[in-house]
Amino acid sequence: MLKEKYDVIVIGAGPAGLAAAIEAKKTGAQDVLVIERAQELGGILQQCIHNGFGLQIFKKDMPGPAYAQHFIDELAGLHIDTLLDAMALNVTSERHVYVTSRTSGFLELDTRALVLAMGCRERTRAQIALPGTRPAGVYTAGTAQRFVNIEGFMPGKRFVILGSGDIGMIMARRLTFEGAKVERVLEIMPFLTGLTRNYVQCLQDYDIPLQLQHTVKRIIGNDRVEAIESVQIDNQRQPIPGTEETIPCDTLLLSVGLIPENELSRKAGVSLDPVTAGPFVDGKMQTNVPGIFAAGNVVHVYDLVDWVTQAGFLCGRNAAQYAIAERKHHGRRVKMKAGDNVRYVVPHVLDKESLAESAQRLQMRVTLPIEAPVWVEVMNGEERVTRKAELYVRPGEMVNIDIPQSAYDAVQRASELSVRVVRR
Amino acid sequence: MADKKYDVIIIGAGVVGSMVARFLSRYKLDVLLIEKDSDIGMGASSANTAIIHAGYDPKPGTLKAEMNVVGNQMFDQLAGELNFTFERRGDYVVAIGPEEFGKLEDLRQQGLENGVPGMVIINGADVRRREPNINPEVSGALWATTGGICDPFGVVIAAAENAVVNGVTLMTDTAFEDFIMDGKRIVGIKTNRGDFRSRWVVNSAGLYSDVVMHKAGLRPEFKITPRKGEYYVFDKAEITINNVLFPVPSATSKGILVTTTVHGNTIIGPNALEIDDKEDRSITREGLDEIWQGAVNLVPSLSLRYSIAEFAGLRPGGNAPCANPDVKYNKDFIIEIPKEVDGLVNLGGIESPGLSSSPAIAVRVVELLKGAGEKLEEKPDWNPIRRARPRFRDMLPTEQKLLIENDPSYGRIICRCENVTEGEIVAEIHAPIPARTYDAIKRRTWLGTGRCQGGFDTPRVVEILARELGVSPLEITKKGKGSEFLVRPTKDKEVE
Amino acid sequence: MAQEHRKFICITCPRGCALDVTMEGETVVKMEGNSCKRGIDYVTGELNDPRRMVTTTVRVRGGVHPLAPVYTESPIPKPRIFDLLAEIRKIELKAPVKFGDVVIENALGTGVNILASRNIPAKSEAS
Repeated sequence: MLKEKYDVIVIGAGPAGLAAAIEAKKTGAQDVLVIERAQELGGILQQCIHNGFGLQIFKKDMPGPAYAQHFIDELAGLHIDTLLDAMALNVTSERHVYVTSRTSGFLELDTRALVLAMGCRERTRAQIALPGTRPAGVYTAGTAQRFVNIEGFMPGKRFVILGSGDIGMIMARRLTFEGAKVERVLEIMPFLTGLTRNYVQCLQDYDIPLQLQHTVKRIIGNDRVEAIESVQIDNQRQPIPGTEETIPCDTLLLSVGLIPENELSRKAGVSLDPVTAGPFVDGKMQTNVPGIFAAGNVVHVYDLVDWVTQAGFLCGRNAAQYAIAERKHHGRRVKMKAGDNVRYVVPHVLDKESLAESAQRLQMRVTLPIEAPVWVEVMNGEERVTRKAELYVRPGEMVNIDIPQSAYDAVQRASELSVRVVRR
Repeated sequence: MADKKYDVIIIGAGVVGSMVARFLSRYKLDVLLIEKDSDIGMGASSANTAIIHAGYDPKPGTLKAEMNVVGNQMFDQLAGELNFTFERRGDYVVAIGPEEFGKLEDLRQQGLENGVPGMVIINGADVRRREPNINPEVSGALWATTGGICDPFGVVIAAAENAVVNGVTLMTDTAFEDFIMDGKRIVGIKTNRGDFRSRWVVNSAGLYSDVVMHKAGLRPEFKITPRKGEYYVFDKAEITINNVLFPVPSATSKGILVTTTVHGNTIIGPNALEIDDKEDRSITREGLDEIWQGAVNLVPSLSLRYSIAEFAGLRPGGNAPCANPDVKYNKDFIIEIPKEVDGLVNLGGIESPGLSSSPAIAVRVVELLKGAGEKLEEKPDWNPIRRARPRFRDMLPTEQKLLIENDPSYGRIICRCENVTEGEIVAEIHAPIPARTYDAIKRRTWLGTGRCQGGFDTPRVVEILARELGVSPLEITKKGKGSEFLVRPTKDKEVE
Repeated sequence: MAQEHRKFICITCPRGCALDVTMEGETVVKMEGNSCKRGIDYVTGELNDPRRMVTTTVRVRGGVHPLAPVYTESPIPKPRIFDLLAEIRKIELKAPVKFGDVVIENALGTGVNILASRNIPAKSEAS
């Protein structure tokens, strides 16, 4: 059963979100909720079936799903709420979260602290303005990875991979393992953009050629990719005429970079750094919006998931502390309520501690005129906190009453004070 | 089926063919609409600027001018009846520098001659106030208040769907091959899926309209020269403009414009490159550079960093002289019942402003048939209204909540950038004109058009299509046979 | 004996140190570029018995996904990788699969077990 208000809501159940939720709970947050759009926890780790995870945190070389499983199991033991198959549609700067889900319907939730852990998305063909036709058979490496490892389908037989990012190289090996032919990995830069060890164990081990300073000049084929034309580029990133080569293939995989996914952050008024494309954060991973924190690839693109987990821990700890402070602060506040013949009272909420410094003035208007002597009374239930005499009250004339400093103790006992106007 | 005789066969289900089908569906006629592609609207209608032009551009006296101005005025009622997105926002022809300012008045005069209402010339300061990101050298603009923007696929789909609901038969993957003649009378057509008899044939074959008319022995000199136009689309989170901004037109083209879309993106384009291949929608480095140069001249603050898509469309440009011999113009629309053969309504060269003109052309086709002696009796139960299906993205939270309570599948977001739900996809797969491919769903729901360009939704859409159509995911295509997404199950290795 | 220089990139950790190795025949006489002693083990392994961790997937019947990811408990000899993949391709597990389940014991007689790297719940369980 979901609560209406949480101490900490985490959006995204990848490595950053799982770590943040776990650490928030361990830090003392009472109610923690993780919202995840997939039908299971773990995020992109579930499709990263290769090893290489956990060397920093567990001092052990683990496959992605195993790394995720560790945190999923820990989360399950901590009584953290999860909302799967659910998409956060909108977040306000007051941390009001709109969520839609097939299984849970349309929800509106509030939270004292919010952790943004939406991760990142892949750069697409369009973002690098790749010329040529627009057939089937052009995939980002991550989309292909999902098809091969999760959905159980091969998206092609003969591949060219553009970009020497880690996912691209790892997919080159993965596709080779499943019987496909990887013709070439092309890299526009004069250096490898992924980890060197992935070059050794994913490309070199299986004789997959890597061509640096090469790119795709155009895609060929109307319905399905039939070939790509590659071209060598010079140090000014200009194509060198005459170096074009047509490489027959049915699929082009793109591993050309990742971009933090911050559409929700924008909606919440979070300021983004144009360089990282992620939120500006302080040392607590808090954004410019108080109570909204961010962790992992949503902030900047990491090289190792272990660091993402550590960022999640830091973020979760601080989000919990923020929520706990917010709770305490909340206990120090008393709501003002309009009682008999009072239309409204300003301020709506009073900080109990403010009476330690000075008397607090309440201002209000009455609903109906009373042309006779009245009491304006401030009540805590049936207990009178203070009162003031007036000769008459009229809706057109504002009424004031001060809560004196002597009422400090009486106010401390209250969670709500009502103001009423009664005949003397 | 081969024995069935239709009253009218329409060749080509682009915006013109679909609009003709919709206007003919009003009458007691057996109408067959055929389309060679896997879905409607995949030819010239598949990529354009989505503008309903005011009508100041075409040369006065041409069919282009007449159809544009009449068609433009029909869009309010049509959008109301067919429930596609249309916004009459007005458009601006922007003059940069003092020399261009003088040309605005010429353009306004041309518009007046064409019968365009509501044109005003405003000064540079006014333009800057309305469009703060405009080139500061702006000297003024022609503001045409009747210009509009629409969902261009929505127009085609709504028109064809309304036609189908009113009794028109639609056959996709059905390609015209030849006419069946009885003397000089057309009595049917041959297609890759058999012969179909009919009393009338409408040639609305767009890019292939020349091929179709040549098969009837008509206008041997008429030639469609595809004119490619390339575009960039920008992330809607980075809106830099609010309006439709044209440059001052050159002799040959309306120029590279910067415009907002009904979905909130900014798009720039198109260039105009004459090519031979009627299917070449490839984008080129040179073309993209050209439109970029043109666009930054209007809006210098555009940034390629926020480009999320590029695409190219083909205009079916013809070489038909204007029907009025006094008007020297040789790229006019053809809208005629030719004398050389009987039973043909011949349309050709319907390029820009074809979308804006399409309802007027459909009405003209009806008039031509009446003029040829067709009685055209109205169906008593004709329903001009096509109801729109829910679009989650455009709803208020309270409406979204109700929708999900009614059908939980609307609660599951499949396209995260454009917030398209599973419920919407399923509804399109089972609509009167079923969406059977990824691109068909994309055109209808706008799914996959956002910044991740389908990276997230593709595996999910393939799964939903397979489930709803009762086929293997291996059979699901991007845009028809030959464009399958997947080749085999991961673990079924074949030796290669 | 003549000295020979060979270059390796250590793949033991993400740092990927570039190793410069001086050899006399089969013997390593000098190594430069390594940041820790695992580099020495790596080169020794590459020279005598190159091994790799293998990760792939195996068919699952009745699970929430059609495949389960699996991995070698420890590295296996490099020349045996494709034999192992062929062996794994023949298998079909039945859901539920549990993280750490032994999918193949002592695969190809290498002494290395193949383990499931996550839970795959049965379809009905999940819904």
